[in-house]
Amino acid sequence: MSGILVVAESRRGELREVSLELVGAALALKEQAGGRLAVAMIGAEATGYADALGAPGVDEVLTVEAPAADFEAHVHAGALEALIAQENPALVLLGHTIDALGFGPAVAAKLGLGFASDVTALGWEGRPVASRGAYGGKLQVELDFPGKDTVLLLLRAGAFEAAEGSGAATVRAVETAGEPRTEQLGFREVEAGDVDITKADFLLSVGRGIEERDALSQFEELAEKMGATLSVSRPLVDAGWISNARQVGQSGKTVKPKVYLALGISGAVQHLAGMQNADTIIAVNTDPEAPIFRVADYGAVADLFDVADGLAEQFGE
Amino acid sequence: MKIVVPVKQVAVLDEEFELLEDRPGVDPDAIDWELNEWDDFSLEVALRLREAEGQGEVVVISVGGEESEEGLRACLAKGADRALRVWEDSLEGADPLAVARVLAAAVGRESPDLVLCGVQSSDAVNSATGVALAAHLDLPRVAVVTALDYDAGAGAATVERELEGGLIELLRVRLPALLTIQTGINEPRYANLRAIKQAKEKPLEAMAPSDLGVDEDALAAAAGSRVRSMVPPDPGGGAEMLNGSASAVAERIAEIVKERMSG
Repeated sequence: MSGILVVAESRRGELREVSLELVGAALALKEQAGGRLAVAMIGAEATGYADALGAPGVDEVLTVEAPAADFEAHVHAGALEALIAQENPALVLLGHTIDALGFGPAVAAKLGLGFASDVTALGWEGRPVASRGAYGGKLQVELDFPGKDTVLLLLRAGAFEAAEGSGAATVRAVETAGEPRTEQLGFREVEAGDVDITKADFLLSVGRGIEERDALSQFEELAEKMGATLSVSRPLVDAGWISNARQVGQSGKTVKPKVYLALGISGAVQHLAGMQNADTIIAVNTDPEAPIFRVADYGAVADLFDVADGLAEQFGE
Repeated sequence: MKIVVPVKQVAVLDEEFELLEDRPGVDPDAIDWELNEWDDFSLEVALRLREAEGQGEVVVISVGGEESEEGLRACLAKGADRALRVWEDSLEGADPLAVARVLAAAVGRESPDLVLCGVQSSDAVNSATGVALAAHLDLPRVAVVTALDYDAGAGAATVERELEGGLIELLRVRLPALLTIQTGINEPRYANLRAIKQAKEKPLEAMAPSDLGVDEDALAAAAGSRVRSMVPPDPGGGAEMLNGSASAVAERIAEIVKERMSG
């Protein structure tokens, strides 16, 4: 067992950004890990991505033509099992993405591999070492994989530097078997809604901390007073209080405003993924250990309603 | 229709938690336990399916210590028919593949038509146990489901899978199958006092993995990782903390906002 196998992703005819981050993470380890670096693309028209995935340092791009037009979890699982059997990699890297969550853990369980998901840092000490969060992100754990010849890791999107360059690898078509077990009926976009929070320079974002639906109107008014656009974290959408057009996070929108003011948002990983690149992040939360304080530029441990009252005064006419 | 709902009692750390000195872990005195939020939604899907069918059984299963019984009782109070808890002390801190291996033995002997897991647990956030369980059971699976329409005649379900950035994929899957359920798919019910009382009479069985044929060697072989160290996360740049009264904090925020927005 040696070398690294990266499984790239595409969706609806486009390469997903995380693919190049996986290649970047693999390149950073390649020298220590030894062996070859192969990047696989599974799916219809897989060869179309071969050039883009062949950054300098990638030895080979493996294209696996799959029977399903779009991602299908069981086809991907079958293809990855076959690739692992053929390539014998010491390390397999996937994105911690919705697609990869549908087949990565299944392959790891079936083949008895070393495994970790949502990995945010990688090392090599003769074998792979991985870091990830624990206890809702309040702690960080370092994992190793004793007795595992092959380790499959799902890497958090945005946590690793993307590889640059293309067209430097040889390309090889690989035949694998993998039967679909679901019937794909198509895609639809979530309704756009009346507002595009990705265009706003200033977002006032509220979360679970507001506690009651009735409190929402107070923050709509406050946002208007402050010249901000109101956005929310997932629990408020789940509760049916507001349209998901205003949701920031992995399953909502990724935003990059000048100012992101978060009131009562603790900062689950999926939320942070959607806002951590804002220019200035200000967070107010009653829990001093809330993960959002780690990405914030300014923080205050305070009751959000008291601060909201103060802000209303500050921005009053 | 028999539906199995694997659930988890998740750990919530107190503000003043302490790390253990002899091994990677947290002082258990600093942990509060609650039922994983995702599992409220997966249980609700199961209960509604059983109600729509007018028959069937909902079984909740947890791999967890005694603290898990509170969560299992809560599921029984909401309407689950019976509960099973599987545990031995060596499972403390078990990784998702080890948990999936134990669940596979417990769920498999039920021969369910449908297995409904939460997408993830709020403490470990692996998002892996359900899909790993499906592999052990050789069930077709769909991860991150936000809508489900069961067609009893066809023995199949049409489901929506939530992708990143507000994109939804529609799929059809034949039963038996395993789905991982996302929050927001429904509005989970609350149990009334009478149901909470009655739940005490419902069967809640406790077993060890070995009772299910999973011995220590099998568990060790299934485990995907080992925790080598546990530390507070890198604070990053760290936020500049604004102190003082709420109105002082608001004043500072107002200054920062005005400065940044004019820049």
